Order: sequence, then structure tokens, then C-alpha cells
Amino acid sequence: MADWKTPDNAKYTENDEWIIVSGDTAKIGLTDYAQDQLSDIVFVDLPDVGDSVSKGEAFATVESVKAASDVYAPASGEIIAVNSKLDDTPELINSDPFGNGWIIEIKLSSPNDVKNLLDAAAYAQHCAARA
Amino acid sequence: MTEELILTDVKNGAAPQPLEPLIYDLGAPGRTGAILPKPDVPESPLPTELMRSDLDLPEVSEMDVVRHFLRLSKLNYSIDQGFYPLGSCTMKYNPKLNEDMARLPGFAQVHPLQDPATVQGALRVMYEVQNWLAEISGFKGVSLQPAAGAHGEFAGILMIRAYHVANGDAHRKKIIIPDSAHGTNPATTSMAGLEVVEVKSDANGDVDLDELRKVCGEDMAGMMITVPNTLGVFETRIKEIAEIVHGCGGLMYMDGANMNAMLGIAKPAELGFDVMHYNLHKTFSTPHGGGGPGSGPVAAVEKLVPFLPGPIVTVIEEGNDEEPPLYGLTTPAKSIGAMKAFWGNFGMLVRAFAYMSIYGGEGLKSVTQHAVLNANYMRARVKGVYPMPFDRICGHEFVCQGHFPDAEGIHALDISKRLMDYNFHPPTNYFPLIVPEALLIEPTETESKEACDAFVEALLAIATEAHENPDLLHEAPHSTPVGRVDDVRAAKQLVLCCRPTLPSLNE
Amino acid sequence: MTYIPHTDADREAMLKTIGVQSLDDLFDRVPPDVRFPKLNLPDGLSEMEVAWEMGGLASANVSANEYAIFLGAGAYHHFIPSVINHILLRGEFYTAYTPYQPELSQGTLQAIFEYQSMIAQLTGMEAANASHYDGATALAEAVTMANAQLKGKRNKVIVSPGVNPMYRAVARTYHQNTGIKFVGDKGSATIPDLIDMLDADSMMLVVSYPNFFGQIDDLSKAAEAAHNAGALLCLVVDPIALGLFKSPGELGADIVVGEGQPLGIPMSFGGPYLGFFATRKKYVRNIAGRVVGETVDKHGRRAFVMTLRPREQDIRREKATSNICTNQGLMALAACVYMSVMGKHGIRQVAELCYHKAHYAAHEISKLKGYQVDMSKPFFKEFVVTCPRPAQELNDYLLEHWGIIGGYDLSKDYPGRKNQMLIAVTEMNTKDEIDTLVEALRDPDAHIGHDHHH
Repeated sequence: MADWKTPDNAKYTENDEWIIVSGDTAKIGLTDYAQDQLSDIVFVDLPDVGDSVSKGEAFATVESVKAASDVYAPASGEIIAVNSKLDDTPELINSDPFGNGWIIEIKLSSPNDVKNLLDAAAYAQHCAARA
Repeated sequence: MTEELILTDVKNGAAPQPLEPLIYDLGAPGRTGAILPKPDVPESPLPTELMRSDLDLPEVSEMDVVRHFLRLSKLNYSIDQGFYPLGSCTMKYNPKLNEDMARLPGFAQVHPLQDPATVQGALRVMYEVQNWLAEISGFKGVSLQPAAGAHGEFAGILMIRAYHVANGDAHRKKIIIPDSAHGTNPATTSMAGLEVVEVKSDANGDVDLDELRKVCGEDMAGMMITVPNTLGVFETRIKEIAEIVHGCGGLMYMDGANMNAMLGIAKPAELGFDVMHYNLHKTFSTPHGGGGPGSGPVAAVEKLVPFLPGPIVTVIEEGNDEEPPLYGLTTPAKSIGAMKAFWGNFGMLVRAFAYMSIYGGEGLKSVTQHAVLNANYMRARVKGVYPMPFDRICGHEFVCQGHFPDAEGIHALDISKRLMDYNFHPPTNYFPLIVPEALLIEPTETESKEACDAFVEALLAIATEAHENPDLLHEAPHSTPVGRVDDVRAAKQLVLCCRPTLPSLNE
Repeated sequence: MTYIPHTDADREAMLKTIGVQSLDDLFDRVPPDVRFPKLNLPDGLSEMEVAWEMGGLASANVSANEYAIFLGAGAYHHFIPSVINHILLRGEFYTAYTPYQPELSQGTLQAIFEYQSMIAQLTGMEAANASHYDGATALAEAVTMANAQLKGKRNKVIVSPGVNPMYRAVARTYHQNTGIKFVGDKGSATIPDLIDMLDADSMMLVVSYPNFFGQIDDLSKAAEAAHNAGALLCLVVDPIALGLFKSPGELGADIVVGEGQPLGIPMSFGGPYLGFFATRKKYVRNIAGRVVGETVDKHGRRAFVMTLRPREQDIRREKATSNICTNQGLMALAACVYMSVMGKHGIRQVAELCYHKAHYAAHEISKLKGYQVDMSKPFFKEFVVTCPRPAQELNDYLLEHWGIIGGYDLSKDYPGRKNQMLIAVTEMNTKDEIDTLVEALRDPDAHIGHDHHH
């Protein structure tokens, strides 16, 4: 069985997004499992700063050579930053999904959104179940 | 170019030479391949302030052009070279007569906006093709305007939408699509502003009727389905499916990609369909052309005829014993509009008409019988070696799996690439999506028993290699002009053009 | 018989292998009550008979092969070098499928790559796709792309009435359910009028270059105005005109579409044609349709492959940018060969021939009593003539008495343009033909109205 990183400070969705909250803002990205499934990522279609996202809504698209996958917001809020490094180096999601491969940062509009998400242990199980 | 030569280059430490230079790298400044006359009228002053300073196109002789494209042509695999069993593509022989007919000056050199009285021969061809397609499908009306299968599909779904809107049912926005469908079906639905609802297939590859009943409601616009389906099998309960959909007020759309299994076998209208498209480049032998042009006529039941895209050809004045009828172009009363400029890919209609005329009604049935015979023969011979998810009589194609439980490292892609070393084009792979490691094989009726046998022998030999020498497959193809290509690099660097762009555009 | 090679012995052996008795047994799953319907269709014919019949139908048409033609309006009688047809008839090209397997289709892939490169040069843009069905559908797809680029945040497309009426109709057909509105083309709006309409809901400004009436509008302010409003600028162009006139790239266009039929493709009563589509590199990921890119194979050798595939219908399904899964492959090849053999100098020469001949014709017609030629703006190979009679009447007369296929009757699309004819002159029209047309138009009354035969 493959071994995917699932840091404890993040919360997870069943669609393989992660969210790391700090105060009333949060960074969002794709998990290690997701990047492994997609393989070589060649493009990320990023949203605009200032757009708002609702929990469960697709806000970005990540493309590999053979697939394109929507990224859904784990929580609602206003986009306050996007990782524009991904324009030129989308492979950051492959190499460092929880660090330099983050996708957007939002200002949370309802912090409770995060409560029902999976914790690291539950998400690790979710990955293992699909392997 | 053989692998041996490539490897010599690599051994010498140099990047291997390209197989063929770009046309831009041939020729010399000042050279031209065109021989044009001098103006025979007094020259007018040119508007220099509106003119461009340069146009960076090749500077080559006619012979440079001929040799370049001839050498390029040799890097292609084609039906004229060998067996091309791409499932759902119907790669049948393209008769040479068709090409000559389409090039007759009386067809090729006619302007689409000429007065209808001056193009009665062209309109007659279109009228005949409309009638043949109506008779074969059992439908009432046909529009030849769509330029490809996907284009016809789009027209058909727009018609369904327009029909509901005209009946005050604008809330009907859902299109039901089986999970085995071609990707065009959901893509078309979205383009038409409608929503996709997917239904699962059951263990036999048929639509699951219980699932279907669950999603059928009064918000449903219709259902799109391919017959025989993309798994190569006739839906056993197709009429029941139509009853369920009609019972909810929906309309039935047939994706006609697989009509090569239907000619003279069943009329879609009699199976309960309301509208369909044909692919003349599949069923009626017009060439695929390396990716088009195609032709995707759409046919419909009486209540949908007013919505057909257009114009279409109609008889304006009935003929009599002495005078032929007068044909004209008319737009149906509630038409969804024009799908493209002018009337359709006329050159393809001429080819299809030549093909139909050769076969006649009985001959077309024979086309399907032999297409289905070939597919079932190959299926029977491959069975037991390649896993087969639906082990039963198939239509004009069948699906097996390019993966063996006891050779886990081998995938459908490896088998496809290895087939190239046996001088065959591989089948469609990884479609339908619901069959893991799918290989979809469609021989068509124009292949002989020997050709089918040779392909089967190659498949069987590769199955043995897969177990005994898997690297041979992983590294395949070995004998093609290029080896496996780096598509990650293509997608990242995105070099789509070989010339520098204008400085003013660099931002 | 026909193209089916099976012998009786083949059929027997194959049925035995399958384990059924007869061909009909293969269709057991088709509902019996509708199985094997009678097709009320003629019997099959021999190749000879089909050739005779179709030859007869072909000769029933009036063709540009035998008549002088001054009809354009979106399809043109241009010179087609012989070499094109010889290359198109190579089975290696025309009997190949879409190049999904790059190892077996480098010929098609490289030709498309070269086509893309030449279209990018001709239009002055950075990237082109492998083509669309025709100019009209290319425009419809340009709207789709602009909408995707602006993430569906804007709903209005401002279209010039000088864009080919069929193109405008097709764009509306495509977008009848997408909530996109087309405005600006119902009256006689000028380019400045259209610029004035740009607002925060405008997605794209679409103008034609030359316009449908053959004229070169002043587009110097269009790009800046569109961009200032946050909208894109799309130009609908005639590729031959681009042999002479400034490229759309120089004019600041974001998307360039057009009908590629003039690039070596016969008129064929309206198709198959070629929709070319070019844009800036920053928009390529929203292009609909096939795109070929350069890469290397596993030996490091240059190779070509279809790229940007995940946007397409077979992978992205309902989220695809379009349902298109072909280009006009063989027509793109024709254009590629045309642009190669004509080359840098030939296309310019063709464009100049069109220009000189059209201007000669316009000047000669303008001298005729009762005719007015619109020379208010620079024009290329088409021009508008206001005639003393309805264009349809004149065209009937030209055909019947002079063997000339006349111009396009503009009143069909523009009710205000009564008696107006759009005349197209290409390099294929000789001075003799033009002089004959002028002579014919000089005094139609001498024939019309005294005409008793049909």
C-alpha cells in the first residue's frame, strides 16, 4: 500500500482537498493522495482574488495529461490570495502538496464549515480504502 | 526510419535528427512554388498605410512541397495501408469512386449561393440522401446541415430543448445519459444549456431499468443512448427504455455512431427513438481525413421535423413525365437555426450518395450483416485469452480487456503499442470508461476473413509475450517512426507554432 | 459484390467458429417485431452506372468551370494549384483517423503543426488550433472561449452588422440556451457606435475585416476600447486579404476566426470548408477543438502530439469546453499545402490580383448610368453596387443572356439594401470577363422585359 502524507494540522474532504485554518483565514489545496492519482500536473486554472467561494463549489481546475479535476471549496469565504507560482510551476502540487503547492487562501465566512471535515486519521483511512 | 538508426544517433551523443524537417526549414529566401499571371487590368494604387510589412510563410518550390508532404504521408498509418480496427470509429474502406464523384466540376465548382434553378443536380443529390437516411431510420425528416457527428448531436439536443420550450415545458432540463456513453453526449448536453443525469449500466452492459425509473421525472427533457451501445451490445430492453422515458414526457435521442450495426436490421424510429444523428464518415464510407471533415445529418420523427436545423432540400414544384421536380432550400417552420454556414458538407454527401447507390437497400443490410459477422468471429477467436466482460453475441464491435490477472504490469496501452510492431493500428483503448483496461475492437465489413485472422493471431501472440517478455510490451512500439512520446512535456511547454510571434504581442 | 470481400466458404467457416447457424442468428437480441424491416430503396448499381448517374447530376449544375462568376459573400472562386489535390488524394492522409496514436500519425500531426504555425503568422497571433468546421462555427466557438476566459461573468457579445449574416445566425444557434446575448447587429451600427456600446457586461466585440461588404473599416480604436472595457476583441477575417493588409495581431485582436475555403479548397456547394481559429497564447487553454504541440519521443527525437487534451469531451465530458472531436483535418491539410506552395510571395500576389481586378471592375461599373458603387471606404475584393433594378432580376438576366453568375443580392439579409448587389472579383476573373459584365450591366433594359423564353 502506498503511503500518502496526511499532516495533522489540516482538515480534509472526501474529494481530496485539504484546508489549514489560521485565525479567520485558511489555505486550501489538493492532498498528496490526489496529486498521486492525477500524476504529472501540467496546469492549474486559478480563480481571481476577490471572488467568493461557497462550501462544495468548484473554484479551480487541475489538469494532468490524461485528466482534469475540479477542486471544491472545503469551506465558504472570500478569496484573499491565489498561489500564482502554480501558473509556471504547476508541478509544485506534485512535489509539495501541503506546502508550496497550496492553491488559494480564503477569509472564512463561516468558520463552522471546517468542523465537520475529516481529520487526518479519518482521511488516511479514506485513502487506504480506495487504494 | 528504424530504431537502429535512431539508436546510432543516440549512441553518438547527438539528439536524433527530426524525421522530416518543417516546411519552414526547407527552401530558400525568394523561392516560390506559385506560378501566377501578371495583372491584366490597369493597376490601382495600393493603400500602403493599411498594408502589412511582412508575411512569414515558407519559400519553397512546388517540388519541395510535393516531396515534403509525400514524406510526411509515409509517417502515417491509414486504412489504405492496413487493418484499422478502432472501435466506435468504423474505419471501413473508402471507395475511390466516391473521391472521383466529389471532384466532378459540376459538384466541386458550384457556389452555394447560386440561384437554386442553377444547382438542381446538387439539390437532387441532397434530396436523395435525405430520403435514404429517412428510410433507413424510419424517421420523417432529415437535415444534412451538421458537419460532424458531435455537431448533429448538438442539433438534436437543441431540437429536443426547442420542442419542450414550444410546448411550455421550459422546466424540462435534464438529459439522461448511460455511464457507457461517448463523451460527446454529456458535452453536447452542457453546450445546449441542459443538465446531465448519468445512469448506471447493469452487469450485462444494459441500462439498469430501476435506476432509469428513479431519475425519470417531469423535469426530464430526454435520454441519449447509443444503439448498439458502446459496449458493442444491443440493449435487450430498448423498447422498454423508450416507454419509460416517453411515459415521463421525455424524448429519446439516438447517438448514431454505431449505425453500421443497424442498416436493415432495425429502424431507430421503430425502436422508439424520436431523433438521431448519422455519421456519414463512419457508416457511409466518407473518409475520416485524419480528423475530418465529417458529416452528421440529423433525422427526426414528425413532431420534431419543424425544429430541424436548416435549410433543408424540399420539392418546390412537383415534376411530371416530362419535367423533373424543382428542388429548393427551405428552412423548417420552427427551426433551431443554422448549425453552420450554407447547407452541409456537400462534398461528403456526394460521396455518401455514391456509396449508397452502389449497395442499394439490400446491399446495406449485407454491410451490417458482415460487419457483425466479422466482429463476432474475432470475438469468438479472442475469447478465453483476453478477459471479456460481456460474453455474448455482439454488434459490429466488441470490448475485451487488455489486462491479465497473471501479468499485472501489462496494460491496454502496452498491448495497443505492441500491435503497432505487428503493423496494425491498435483498437480504441480506455473506452468505454466503465470497462477497466478496455480494448474496443471494430473490424468493419470490408475486412476479409484473412485480415481478421491475422489481427487475431497478433493479439494472441502478444498475450503470450505479455506473460513471457513483458518488457517487450512496455517498450513498444519498436518499429514505428517515433517511439512513445512525452505528452507531459508537450502540455507544459506548449509549443504550438514554429515561428516567433510578433514582438508587439509579448506581454 | 461491392466492397464486401467474403466468400461463401468464409461465411460458413466464420459462422461455425461463432457457433451460430446463419447471419440472421446474430441479431436475436433485436426485438423481433421490428427486426429486419423492408427498406424501400433502389437496388444496388455497378460502379459504371453510379458514375453515369452522378455525372448526369453534376452536369445539371451551372458551375464556375464554365461560367464567369462574380458571387462571393462567404465562399469564393479562387485559384487552386494542382499540387493540392494530388496530396489530398494520398490515402495515407485521407484514410487515416484523428491522430490519437502519435507513433502512427506523425504525418498528420506535423502537417497540422505546420498549418497552425502558418495560420498564426497569417493572423499575427501566437497560437492557432487545428481548425473548426467552418468560419461560422469558429465564430460561435470564439464566443464560447471568451465566455470561459471571463468565467461566465459577462453575458453580452457586441457584433457588427458587417459580420457575415450566416455567421451571426450560427453563433446565435449555438448560444440559444446559454444566456449569452448578441447585440449591435440589427441596424446599421458603425464601428464607433459599437465601441460606444461596450460596458461592464460586454464579453467580446466582434467585427469583420474586411467587412461583409468588402470594406476595410478603421479598427485602430477597437482593441483599446474593448480592452478598456475588460472585453475581448474578435476579428472575422478573409485569409487572402491578410496577404495584403495589416494582421489582426497588429490591430490588437484577441481572437481571430475566419473561413479558410479561399486557401485552396473548392466551393463544393458550401462544404466541406475550414474554420480557422487563432488567439493569444494566454488564452490557449480555453480553445475548443484539437491542438497539436511539439515534444520529443523517448529517444529524444522531435515529435508532435495532440495536446491540451483534458479540456476535451472524451475526458472532461459535461465540463468540456466544447463537444467538438474532429477538426477539418483534410481541409487544414489543403490550406497547409496552399500556404506552402503559394508561400510568402504567392499569397501577396493573389491578394494584389484580387485588389486590382476588383478596383478595375468597381471603377468601370461606377461609370455606368444608373449604377452607384460604394467607394466610401477602402475595399479589397468585394464591393457594393446599387443597381437600377433588383439584384435578382439582374442576376437572372446575366445568367440567361451572358452566361455570368452575378453578385449576391444584399436585400436577402438587409431589407434596407434594396437593389444592392455585392460583387466579388478574384484572381480567377479575367479582364475579358469583367469587361463583359460591365457591358452586360450597361443596358439590361434592352433585354429584360422583351424576354419571352424561359
